[in-house]
Amino acid sequence: MPDPIDITILSRRTFLASAAAAAALHPYFARAEDAGPHALAPSQKFKDDYERLVGSATPIEGKVTVDLPETAENGNFVPMTIAADSPMTDADYIKAIHILSTENPHAHVATFFLTPVNAVARVQTRIRLAKTQNVVVLAEQSDGRMLISTTLVKVTIGGCGI
Amino acid sequence: MAANPRIKLPDTAKPGEVIEIKTLVTHVMETGNRRDKTGKPIPRNIIHTFVAKFEGKEVFRAELGPGISANPYIAFCMRVPGPGAFEVAWTDDQGVTTTATAPLKLV
Repeated sequence: MPDPIDITILSRRTFLASAAAAAALHPYFARAEDAGPHALAPSQKFKDDYERLVGSATPIEGKVTVDLPETAENGNFVPMTIAADSPMTDADYIKAIHILSTENPHAHVATFFLTPVNAVARVQTRIRLAKTQNVVVLAEQSDGRMLISTTLVKVTIGGCGI
Repeated sequence: MAANPRIKLPDTAKPGEVIEIKTLVTHVMETGNRRDKTGKPIPRNIIHTFVAKFEGKEVFRAELGPGISANPYIAFCMRVPGPGAFEVAWTDDQGVTTTATAPLKLV
């Protein structure tokens, strides 16, 4: 007869394995474990917007850098810099940069449209965050491939009434 | 309605150089999710479109949502093609377009 403790360990292992699988499938779950007591659950609006932009493709990680504060004291005013690694030539450039929030009432924050004239794929803006959540940046290359970056921002005072 | 549009350019630039263009405008960016004291919803009024042109040619465009902070700040880069001026336009939900122009000084 199996020891009940063994069963516990096994089910925990199974759970961890499925959690890892979920993280591999969905980049926006990637850093959920850092969020502490907050349960990070992307909103349905986020899932819809993500689905609409990415479809069935797998976005490439590591080629877009997002500079966001680790902790935002005021969610109404979060400075953000996005830089994508791209030669910005006529043959290979970033044509759009999308900012999505996983838990704002309105998931789509902004889209910036670029051309080779910009020479450097870097934009800055300031965004609102209703609460602690992941900010997902998608950079769309001229060949249609998507680059992705997910950043967790802890929000002390949420942006009111976003 | 937007007020006090500003464009910040480097003091001087060389043709072929990559410069950063910083823009700022005063606007409430009302999200449409808030209510006033009587409980009535405050209608949404955000700047939804931002267009930057250099010598009449579009060089950068943005579609903004309610997740952009009040008084939207947007900065982007451009390789200087030659002499000219920037024209930037912000359009909000009330249909008001606010524009600003700034000449680029070349050395």
